[in-house]
Amino acid sequence: MKIKAQVAMVMNLDKCIGCHTCSVTCKTTWTNRKGAEYMWFNNVETKPGIGYPKRWEDQELYKGGWQLRKGKLELKSGNKLSKVALGKIFYNPDMPEMKDYYEPWTYNYEELTNAKDQQHSPVARPHSVITGKKMNLEWGPNWEDDLAGAHITGPLDPNIQKIEEEIKFNFEKSFMVYLPRLCEHCLNPSCVASCPSGAMYKRDEDGIVLVDQEACRGWRYCMTGCPYKKVYFNWETNKAEKCTFCFPRVEAGLPTVCSETCTGRIRYLGVLLYDADRVHEIASTENEQDLYKAQCDLFLDPNDPAIIAQARKDGITEDWIEAAKNSPVYKLAIEYKLAFPLHPEYRTLPMVWYVPPLSPIMNYFEGRDSIANPDMIFPAIEEMRTPIQYLANMLTAGDTTTVKEALQRMAMMRSYMRSITTGQEFDHSRLERIGLTARQTDEMYRLLAIAKYEDRFVIPPSHKEEHMNPYRAQGAAGYNGMMGNTSMGGSDCSGCGAVESMRNSEATDKDGKPIFEENFYGGIWRD
Amino acid sequence: MHMLEQFLWIIVPYVCIVIFIVGHIFRYRTDQFSWTAKSSEFIEKKQLMIGSILFHLGIIPVIMGHIVGLFIPKSWMHFFGVNDHMYHIGAVYVGGFFGLATLLGMIILTSRRFTLQSVRRLSTVSDLVVNVLLLFIVFMGMYATLFTNAVQPEFDYRETISIWFRGLFMLSPDPSLMRTVPVSFQIHALTGFAIFAFWPFSRLVHVWSVPLNYVGRSYILYRRHKSN
Repeated sequence: MKIKAQVAMVMNLDKCIGCHTCSVTCKTTWTNRKGAEYMWFNNVETKPGIGYPKRWEDQELYKGGWQLRKGKLELKSGNKLSKVALGKIFYNPDMPEMKDYYEPWTYNYEELTNAKDQQHSPVARPHSVITGKKMNLEWGPNWEDDLAGAHITGPLDPNIQKIEEEIKFNFEKSFMVYLPRLCEHCLNPSCVASCPSGAMYKRDEDGIVLVDQEACRGWRYCMTGCPYKKVYFNWETNKAEKCTFCFPRVEAGLPTVCSETCTGRIRYLGVLLYDADRVHEIASTENEQDLYKAQCDLFLDPNDPAIIAQARKDGITEDWIEAAKNSPVYKLAIEYKLAFPLHPEYRTLPMVWYVPPLSPIMNYFEGRDSIANPDMIFPAIEEMRTPIQYLANMLTAGDTTTVKEALQRMAMMRSYMRSITTGQEFDHSRLERIGLTARQTDEMYRLLAIAKYEDRFVIPPSHKEEHMNPYRAQGAAGYNGMMGNTSMGGSDCSGCGAVESMRNSEATDKDGKPIFEENFYGGIWRD
Repeated sequence: MHMLEQFLWIIVPYVCIVIFIVGHIFRYRTDQFSWTAKSSEFIEKKQLMIGSILFHLGIIPVIMGHIVGLFIPKSWMHFFGVNDHMYHIGAVYVGGFFGLATLLGMIILTSRRFTLQSVRRLSTVSDLVVNVLLLFIVFMGMYATLFTNAVQPEFDYRETISIWFRGLFMLSPDPSLMRTVPVSFQIHALTGFAIFAFWPFSRLVHVWSVPLNYVGRSYILYRRHKSN
């Protein structure tokens, strides 16, 4: 046994309101640069839909993730030899193109502010960031928001196509789920396995998957390898980039930007301990539908003294063990069994998990009937507006039983809390029947509904000071520093918004306050 | 004339070789970040598929052919039992086949780079120069192999160019050997040296990054704290 620690995330989809605050704050932090305009390290999709890039879940098309070939785990896009020796290096047939994401555009606002007096309102037409030409917008990063065009794209959703009964996309029957997506920081990352340059790696101390920008040679296999299509190609620097799990923040014990700014408080961050020696074995589980349970078995009980002793032996520090004990991720995923990995059938063992959403009941109202007969909750879950099979196709490789059990626990928690706040009797045997105690249900309620900051984010600091000189390292993280050398065709980042204007001011030896006052006026950055 | 010969066939090659070596060391040590294959497949895929596969699968045998033709003396070939007729057949037919594939690929890649707005806008001057220069070199090579060889069958580059070329590496180059060489071969050789001088400062450095060690390594890589 070799215990490693992983910083993992759970998202409670039941509370996601689809406001895109996570995407926007992530973008302004990480990808507001030239070459990265089209990248959304975090994006929120409305499901059903084909998503970003188009049909990313169709692995017959993009060949992402792993598959079992004669019982052996192999990259779906082909083995190492086929990549290097068989000419795929000259042309990668399985790689998405920019048009599968969208062509980034901007507007010339001067056309509005300098418009002459005219009969009609002036318009700023979109310009392609790539060619500079005017363009017609036909697809964008969030084209399907709130089911826009779902009667066309919905039937093309691979999760819909796997449902045997016909799903109708008329208004009366329509349903939707928000799905915020970021890099899964997998335990068995197929992007890392696909990188021929060895530029991608998983950090030993916290499991964050990163691209070494100095070592990346732009072969682009990582884009194909990642089944979630969360490794992007920067068309300016010609290197791969991806979600960093905001490692500079996580190292300091702070939550990621997407988690910090989530208005619905749906995101949880915590430490999980797992047995690194068993990763390959678990990812090779034969039956796809067993992968979820197999992955749960990989995680170790942080309260077990034997595990704690082994963790200490494997170099995990006391505050990390303590954090693992208090981990909201462990509670939601393992203890309450509410959260599920996204598409476990890709065999990457993803580490961003999702609590499936409850949704309105199609035939009868949960409240009325379940008060008259409390056990009505169970058949009611079958009648939910969002088909269980659809959620199961996303979260458990199609196994509806486990998803249903999670929804039952959530519904029962509501029923239990309702009886407490309305002062009614509650038959505790109903909790036992779904494997919960009253105390657990209280804690679950506190974690899910109250969702205090300190309960949601339990992140131990990484103690960088013990093995590096933080003074020398300051400013080394992030993408601006590495743009320094431009002599060989690398490009200076001029598209960095506010940062750029700050940098220009620095040349005039001004300190923070005058720069701030000069640039920040009424909430708008002045150019 | 003597001065010009000295310049073209001794000074230029040596300057190019020095720039090639020192340039690579310099770039590798100072600018890893810009070292990339610089693929534009993300922007355009269909034309790239045909052009890139034709070019790359063509250029590799072509380079090997050059190594054989330039580095292995004629007498050695005879020793191995390869007579002039066999060599000639190999060089013209096999070399011509792969040369044509290379040329065709290069034409597609160059037209793609110049005519497709999106690819053109993302190209640096260096990319355009590499493209045009490569196209020109491949074209001159093909012209020399197929046309000049047919018109002047008595000319044998293995008795002139190859000996001069090996002389460069033995530090005793004889520029007079190049006097009788047809112009097409001369231009091909000179532009060839030019691209070697340009190599370390262009996208061509990706050639040295062919990931051969990928085949033997483990799939998942972990990295531990690194102190600086």
